[in-house]
Amino acid sequence: MERKIRVLVAKPGLDGHDRGAKIVARALRDAGMEVVYTGLHQTAEMIVESAVQEDVDVIGLSLLSGAHMTLFLDVTQLLKKKGIEDVLVVGGGIIPEEDVPKLKKAGVTGVFGPGTHCEEIVEFIRKNVKR
Amino acid sequence: MNDKEELNQVKEKRTLWEKNCYSKLVKDNPEQKKKFENLSWITIKNLYTPEDVAHLDYIKDLGFPGEYPFLRGIHSTMYRGRLWTMRMFSGFGGAEETNKRYKYLLEHGETGLSVAFDYPTLYGYDTDDPHSRGEFGKCGVAVSSLKDMEILFRGIPVDKITTSMTINGPAAIIWAMYIANAENRGINKRGIGGTIQNDILKEYIAQKSFIFPPEPSMRLIIDTFEYGFKEVPRWNTISISGYHIREAGATAVQELAFTLGDGLEYVKAAMERGLKIDDFAYRLSFFFNAHSDFFEEIAKYRAARRIWARELKKLGAKKPRSLLMRFHTQTAGVSLTAQQPEINIARVTLQALSAILGGTQSLHTNSMDEALALPSEKASRIALRTQQIIAEESGVTNTIDPLGGSYYVEWLTDKMEEETYKYFDRAEKLGGVLPAIEKGFYQREIAESAYKYQKEIDENNRVIVGVNKYKMDEPLSIPILEMDEKGEQRQINRLKKLRRERNQSKVDKNLDRLGKAAEGDENLMPYILDCVHAYATLGETCNVLREVFGEYTEPAMY
Repeated sequence: MERKIRVLVAKPGLDGHDRGAKIVARALRDAGMEVVYTGLHQTAEMIVESAVQEDVDVIGLSLLSGAHMTLFLDVTQLLKKKGIEDVLVVGGGIIPEEDVPKLKKAGVTGVFGPGTHCEEIVEFIRKNVKR
Repeated sequence: MNDKEELNQVKEKRTLWEKNCYSKLVKDNPEQKKKFENLSWITIKNLYTPEDVAHLDYIKDLGFPGEYPFLRGIHSTMYRGRLWTMRMFSGFGGAEETNKRYKYLLEHGETGLSVAFDYPTLYGYDTDDPHSRGEFGKCGVAVSSLKDMEILFRGIPVDKITTSMTINGPAAIIWAMYIANAENRGINKRGIGGTIQNDILKEYIAQKSFIFPPEPSMRLIIDTFEYGFKEVPRWNTISISGYHIREAGATAVQELAFTLGDGLEYVKAAMERGLKIDDFAYRLSFFFNAHSDFFEEIAKYRAARRIWARELKKLGAKKPRSLLMRFHTQTAGVSLTAQQPEINIARVTLQALSAILGGTQSLHTNSMDEALALPSEKASRIALRTQQIIAEESGVTNTIDPLGGSYYVEWLTDKMEEETYKYFDRAEKLGGVLPAIEKGFYQREIAESAYKYQKEIDENNRVIVGVNKYKMDEPLSIPILEMDEKGEQRQINRLKKLRRERNQSKVDKNLDRLGKAAEGDENLMPYILDCVHAYATLGETCNVLREVFGEYTEPAMY
């Protein structure tokens, strides 16, 4: 049997807006993936630790407060530092257009804003998952 | 609404109309949808007639504005006497930047202030706390001490203008800073007016900016109620909020039911502490969302007034002013689209109109660019202008509750009320509001609704213009707010200077006294005020309470 794609849906920092994270978690689950949701108020260390513990293929970060340029990059930098290269990182939230290329360059491979169709996220993950 | 003979005629005529007229036409030309539903998935009929409101007794169920059951409005003159307060929720960066924005909005005709704080402030952390990383000034203004509060309101007449502050976990401390600032400016605290959100129940349910566990949180809230009616009698010491419950995904019915349920919980808690209902109930205020289903929203506000008045009466309130459900409204942030952002102006206009037709006391209109970033100056000015057009051009303010008596609106108002009581019963069966929160009842209900709504959009069963219909591939062309990059360093330097220059032994002594009082059961407001006056920071004051009260964490579920 083929192994299911495993995803960690994570909420970094203090932001409490969890509607998007919860919807995406459900949509990925309904698409046949195994989803672990961290809950709120996670530090980069907590997120990377959970990703390793849960042996996930994907980390999905959600943030609506505007702190993505700091908090998303904390996660990708920590992954790099630990030599973890086979985990796909995607993110979503209220993210201005001009930040998208910067995030992608830093390793947040997929960035999804308001109005994204859930199926688009599912497809993106299936196509880009690294293992 | 209940002349029997006339009703029989209507019934007869309606049956004929359905048979001979309507059904025939539908058979040949099917309607656009098989089922018409509002945003609470309530089925809407093709036509409402006197039959649908036959059970209503005008005097008892509708009544007159300013009189029980207040369905038609809480004031007897409503907007003919005084318009709603135009109160734009704003805050970003440091106190200097936000102070400038407030003055700009006031110059352009805003009539009340509304403070958005950044996440560190909402959680009771100073800007230089490690928890604050990346968040300074991002979704609100940073206020770490009385110093920042002084700058935030510099040059603004706090004795004349009312200020609403969206702050919950550390509400008592931020309120104390506002009071202290007024006092230092020689203004008597009995004369200042405004609102603190201070609604912790909906934090556990939806907004999630909580600090302490439920019990000490409720204690702090009741402390502010008591201090408020004794010392700052023009202040609304709570704004019981459905807004965030709705934004998290709840339907209009759920928003209404959970919010009023929370409200009743606060009343009961205050009464258990020995407060008299007529002493504090008139200072409870509400905050609702204005989403996109126009009539449903109007029905929601109307139902809220009637339910609140009835329930407060049941709890023993005698004074008419205790029964008034006064509320602020904000248009639905979640309904804004990042695609074709300019069309959000049309959405906001309709939502704002529903709040006004529903009798709101104050209103925030969202800016068109808020699905992208915090609002630019121009975008927020247009949002304010939207209110001014409704107020001064549209003529909707000429008469009170213009939709009162509409068969549809009255039917829907009743329906919302009926559904609300069903939710009251369900929460009651779980042991009340707090046990229902602990069991994840509200959180699950909200998550279910949010997912159902999203699926309808994804499956094209619900139209969102610009997202799943009438799409365009155009590059974004609206300018985004740019913040002062030096703001964070300036704020950190200010904090360092403050800690260096203040009377440290006084700070230590006052914090220590607060900690001891927190272990007992005295009202903490005077102790908090002493700390704030001595320029203890928000983080320092909150940490004392964290030590005594502990912190709340929620289980992760989706």
